[in-house]
Amino acid sequence: MITLNANHLKLIKEHGQKDYPYECCGFILGHLNQDGTKHTHEIYPIENSREESAQHNRFLIDPKEFIKVESYARKNRLDVVGIYHSHPDHPAKPSQFDLDHAWPVYSYVIVSVQKGKASDLLSWEMRPDRSGFDAENIKGE
Amino acid sequence: MSVPVYIPTALRQFTGGKSEINVEAKTAGEAIEQLTIQFSVLRKHLYNDQNALRSFVNVYVNDEDIRHQSGLQTPLVAGSTVTIVPSIAGGVNL
Repeated sequence: MITLNANHLKLIKEHGQKDYPYECCGFILGHLNQDGTKHTHEIYPIENSREESAQHNRFLIDPKEFIKVESYARKNRLDVVGIYHSHPDHPAKPSQFDLDHAWPVYSYVIVSVQKGKASDLLSWEMRPDRSGFDAENIKGE
Repeated sequence: MSVPVYIPTALRQFTGGKSEINVEAKTAGEAIEQLTIQFSVLRKHLYNDQNALRSFVNVYVNDEDIRHQSGLQTPLVAGSTVTIVPSIAGGVNL
């Protein structure tokens, strides 16, 4: 379970709409609880580092950006608890490419952006054996 | 010398929840090796079957990728930091 309040959801959806028809991406910062649930404190949008010709169906986060965000999170006593990205004109479901590049524990929040308008937003967690994703419950605040 | 290794959230379940582990090491390779000796379950997430770092695992010494330095032989000096950085990527299948 991950908490995302109305403002967090709005920020992710707006980012997806702004970057349409390209994929947007960003970090979800908060606290990872001992029972595995996550509490979101902040949405941290970043630039998609993929070359422009691939941005309509791929996102890449520059490792230097990751270091910057981890450092920012540490200073603010937060953790990187998830990553969000958009699927322009595709459902908010993880792809095989998403699975191939996924890490355990993180929430993978995907917003579907249909013809420039954000629609479904779902969260997913990779199974520990990497066999697939399970839907993760999103709790509002 | 003792250097801190910063652990990303995704791997902290294998380090008892700790985000920073101090290890005795003179190179980046020694630091990662010492880390996997302390937390053996981490090994399969960091190394492949050929005993090389997995392609989606990046190791940075002082904010610089060791692939752009001397690889696992990258020296550590007093004040060095080692950071494990996951490659994050994804997207739809067309």
